[in-house]
Amino acid sequence: MSLKPEELLASVDYDNPPKTEWMDTPNDFSPGRWPYPAKVDLHKAMGFKHAHEWRPDEEDWHLPENWKDIVHQGFKERLDKYRSFKVFMDICVRCGACADKCHFYIGGGDPKNMPVLRAELMRSVYRKDFTMAGKIMGKLAGARVMEEDVLKEWFLYFYQCTECRRCSLFCPYGIDTAEVTMMARELLHEVGLGINWIMEPVSNCNRTGNHLGIQPHAFKEIVEFMCDDIEEYTGVRINPPLNEPGHEVLFITPSGDAFADPGIYTFMGYLLLFEAIGLDYTLSTYASEGGNFGFFTGADTMQKLNAKMYAEAKRLGSKWILGGECGHMWRVVNQYMDTMNGYLQEGSNLTTPRNPITGTVFENARQTKMVHIAEFTADLIKHGKLDLSPERNNHLRVTYHDSCNPSRGMGLLDEPRYVIKNVCNNYFEMPPQTTREQTFCCGAGSGLNTEEIMDIRLRGGLPRGNALKYVQDKHDVNMMACICALDRATLIPVADYWAPGVAITGVHEMVGNALNVKGQKKREVNLRGEPLEEV
Amino acid sequence: MNALYGLFLVCALALVALMGVGGAGLTGLFGIAIPYVAVAVFIVGFAMKIFDWAKSPVPFRIPTTAGQQKSLDWIPYNRFDNPVNNRDTVVRMILEVVTFRSLFRNTSAHLGKNPQGGPQVAYFSEKWLWLAAILFHYSFLTILIRHMRFFTEPVPWLFQKLDWADSVLQIGQPALYQTDLLIMAGLLWLLARRIFYPRIRYLSNAADYFALFLILGIVISGIYMRYVAHVDIVAIKQYSMSLVMFSPTIPETISPAFFVHFFLVCVLLIYFPFSKLMHLGGVFLSPTRNLPNDTRINHHENPWNPKIKPHSYEAYEDDFREAMVEAGLPVVKQPDEAGAEK
Repeated sequence: MSLKPEELLASVDYDNPPKTEWMDTPNDFSPGRWPYPAKVDLHKAMGFKHAHEWRPDEEDWHLPENWKDIVHQGFKERLDKYRSFKVFMDICVRCGACADKCHFYIGGGDPKNMPVLRAELMRSVYRKDFTMAGKIMGKLAGARVMEEDVLKEWFLYFYQCTECRRCSLFCPYGIDTAEVTMMARELLHEVGLGINWIMEPVSNCNRTGNHLGIQPHAFKEIVEFMCDDIEEYTGVRINPPLNEPGHEVLFITPSGDAFADPGIYTFMGYLLLFEAIGLDYTLSTYASEGGNFGFFTGADTMQKLNAKMYAEAKRLGSKWILGGECGHMWRVVNQYMDTMNGYLQEGSNLTTPRNPITGTVFENARQTKMVHIAEFTADLIKHGKLDLSPERNNHLRVTYHDSCNPSRGMGLLDEPRYVIKNVCNNYFEMPPQTTREQTFCCGAGSGLNTEEIMDIRLRGGLPRGNALKYVQDKHDVNMMACICALDRATLIPVADYWAPGVAITGVHEMVGNALNVKGQKKREVNLRGEPLEEV
Repeated sequence: MNALYGLFLVCALALVALMGVGGAGLTGLFGIAIPYVAVAVFIVGFAMKIFDWAKSPVPFRIPTTAGQQKSLDWIPYNRFDNPVNNRDTVVRMILEVVTFRSLFRNTSAHLGKNPQGGPQVAYFSEKWLWLAAILFHYSFLTILIRHMRFFTEPVPWLFQKLDWADSVLQIGQPALYQTDLLIMAGLLWLLARRIFYPRIRYLSNAADYFALFLILGIVISGIYMRYVAHVDIVAIKQYSMSLVMFSPTIPETISPAFFVHFFLVCVLLIYFPFSKLMHLGGVFLSPTRNLPNDTRINHHENPWNPKIKPHSYEAYEDDFREAMVEAGLPVVKQPDEAGAEK
């Protein structure tokens, strides 16, 4: 980002939208406003038709000759398949309640980032193609003809939506722009337009089991490295089973946790926790990903990628699945998993999850057989099964970022807070308009965590970053915890820009630091290897 | 510009009625044919739209959860914002439809500076839109119900009481209906924010203004008849009853002003099913609000669920077998077994 925070803010103006009406405002494809297109072979390999070479900043996007038919047919098909889509196309009254709820609008001021107008980009075409009023009245009824510029506009703005659903919370009819964005992206993929930062993880996940393309032997090495560090820091040697049949629990977390700081510390936290309670579990290299970038391309890809979790649980004979800290993974698990992949449970050992340590039966996961680690750990703490020394986290002044998907697509709000308050002594909430169900996106969810659009991301990160700055100024907060692997990656630049000095952590990193494990030596460093005396 | 289109169109419609009845004397067309057509179009159009929506399945449960989920017993959950059963979901819907609860949450974002001079975003509770919407909708409903006294004989107790309550202040002669004032306030506020609020003006299209001006036209013509022109109420009731009894007769003493009012109502009825006004029906069908958050608890069926399988473990092992064996990871088939098959 070339602008300083104050300069960025000064460039935002809500009160002077462009002179031209939105339908007549030309698209701006200057660099930094669009993610790079998907590599053709990756796009093709995932079964998408019409994959082709193209560049957003060139005039000709080399669309298939019949692209208008493809889009029209695809549009119709989705109207028939999704009531949500059809209803949302019809009932918006443009009251504008959603307008300033989108982080991209708040930080950018571009009116097409108001959720209402973003959806209008599609609605205008819907009216022309599928409604009588639109056919007859045209622009007076808010209808317009599908042209190449309209498609380009879709690309521009549906990749400036992180599907965080904050607009849906405030909409009097619950219109969910995430649904509209998903449909628009599906249609864009149908004519061969996808972005690489989504397609590469999708393709990797399909073949290697995880987004990062970590192959089985490398995954094992990574886990061993983490175990080496744990041994060095705590004196406890952990040898987590990998791909082993016959364990009660299959543990799946987003591969981001196995990849880089600070995710790996969270992963180490999980491993320490399981060691401390003697959980009978296994990891899997085949299902080494809980996140699901398929969700960002379309329903079919989401289903294909998510299916691995049940397939692997069945193959290994696990009784239930424990899921790590991840945002959209949990939206998919909570709202889609059993519906689309449930039939794969047939013939498996999967059963209603029961915490083997406390005996708690997770009735709320009766159908999916999948428990969130925050629920699991909260239950352990409540039953006094963990020996915790929260003072080891005394140097931390912590706030908690509710990740969008577990908040507005699940309602997981109090469990992580309960865990945090039990493993650290200094906890502070950000302002209420920015937390719990009203939480703000990190600015780069739904596959937008890519460097080339950093300007857009930092603008989108303004509401979150600013709330963070508020508690930093007020309470000297120096750590923001979250339960999303993507957050752990994307919030770092956001915090560096808007609230420098605040670091990012997963909840289970702090659990790992506070947790006393049998046979441990005196804990002199935390999971980051920082001496506890000094920090 | 869009506002002018809307205003122009509604004025033109009012003129059509005025000229049609007052000038051309087409009382049969405006008094009988159009009203029947309008009611038919409204009922059939409304039903078809609902049917059309209902035809599309709800493949996934996608409620927007606005509170704590039901998980561990000792964590109190938010049953009406994150319901897990049908009963609580119904309560959520009732609160939504009756009190506009989501809109009540509305905030506005403002950019400014914090005490240190750094940038700050602040969020303020913003209830004006909610208030205007509530005023408008409830006044409209009350007005609609008290109009039923024109279409019933004897007038049911409820309609009489509502009529009494609405004019309970007994200001002026004929007594002023409070809802006449309130609906004007609500409508004018909604209109003003579209015209004067740059952001809302930018996102408004002609149809948004048309709907507001049309209803405003209906309200103003109604107020004009009651408080200014003092139209022949008895004749109008006689006429409206004749419509209801399907033996329409139009008394001579009904003034053209009435037909302007009545024609605009007919236009509203016809316009309704094809416009955003269908949010009246759609709000009940919105999958983010009318579904319990229970897919982890109970099975939910997607009628078109394709049986898409993952890239299989076998294929995965085939791909990485050598490396897995070398790394000491368990494999189902040893390399020599797999080699023999090939």
